[in-house]
Amino acid sequence: MLGLSQLDKQLLNNFQKEFPVTSAPFAEIAARLGTDETTVLHRLEILRKKGYISRIGPVFKANGIGISLLAALAVPADRLSAVADLISSYEEVNHNYEREHHFNLWFVLTAQNIDRLDRVISEIEQRTGLPVLQLPLLEDYHIDLGFELQWQS
Amino acid sequence: MAIVNLNIARRQLAPDSDELRLIKILQNGLPLVSRPYAAIAEQTGLTEARVMELINGLIHDQTIKRFGVVIRHHEAGYRANAMIVWDVPDEQLPTIPQQMLQFPFITLCYRRPRQLPEWPYNLFCMIHGHDRESVQKNLHVMITSCGWRDIPHAILFSKRRFKQRGARYISHAV
Repeated sequence: MLGLSQLDKQLLNNFQKEFPVTSAPFAEIAARLGTDETTVLHRLEILRKKGYISRIGPVFKANGIGISLLAALAVPADRLSAVADLISSYEEVNHNYEREHHFNLWFVLTAQNIDRLDRVISEIEQRTGLPVLQLPLLEDYHIDLGFELQWQS
Repeated sequence: MAIVNLNIARRQLAPDSDELRLIKILQNGLPLVSRPYAAIAEQTGLTEARVMELINGLIHDQTIKRFGVVIRHHEAGYRANAMIVWDVPDEQLPTIPQQMLQFPFITLCYRRPRQLPEWPYNLFCMIHGHDRESVQKNLHVMITSCGWRDIPHAILFSKRRFKQRGARYISHAV
């Protein structure tokens, strides 16, 4: 969190939604923040390189144009790293975390259709010898407005 | 508050549609250049105006629920991330999630099926905090102020992050 300027904080917080869809969006942002386009592009590149920003783009509604599934495995501790690497190697996997639970490996699978997801799950079960806990989305209660970062200092 | 069909994506994109060509590139994010939509137009064989028209259409019909900067919580100082899972009596849905979403620290709230006997939980929410203690404190405040002490729940803090990126809805091999 150290070394973030006021401009950086505004870039991180103010454009999580309704990013301009205009020919020169970064110039528009620069005008709103009282700076120039080159500075905005430069700071965004740095924030991306430092890992603060994943990307600038769309967050798709769950199960809108594709299907996603939360899945979990209970992996013996000595196999966790190897199994995690295997899971991460799938293009369909976008999140993959170790969590503190008997089910200790949690991942999200996304694909264009259910057949593809079923094939990936069967393959994972075959390759790991572990049953996949499948937790499809039934209802999304949350309206995504982004996430307002609170600065600690 | 959409009920989601389990097996069918709401929109089936034709393999040769302009939208599919656009999403294949757009899902990776905008390039950091002066005219990003023109750059995407070049990669997809569409015009800049058509790219912007398609994006506006996807936002308008809510296929895209948010368009903008996607931050990474961990790098932005939110080092603790907990998935809290609850076994909520079915008749208390959706009252409980609506109450949950009044708390600003709740970043996701989903209903998922129980998978008995090994998985009794049907409601999932996420709390991001600067550290473990602040997550636990926020959770405690929510449980006591809402009177949820009797609802069984578990806190699954994240440990190692093996992979985190935007979802690839459209395979690059397509």
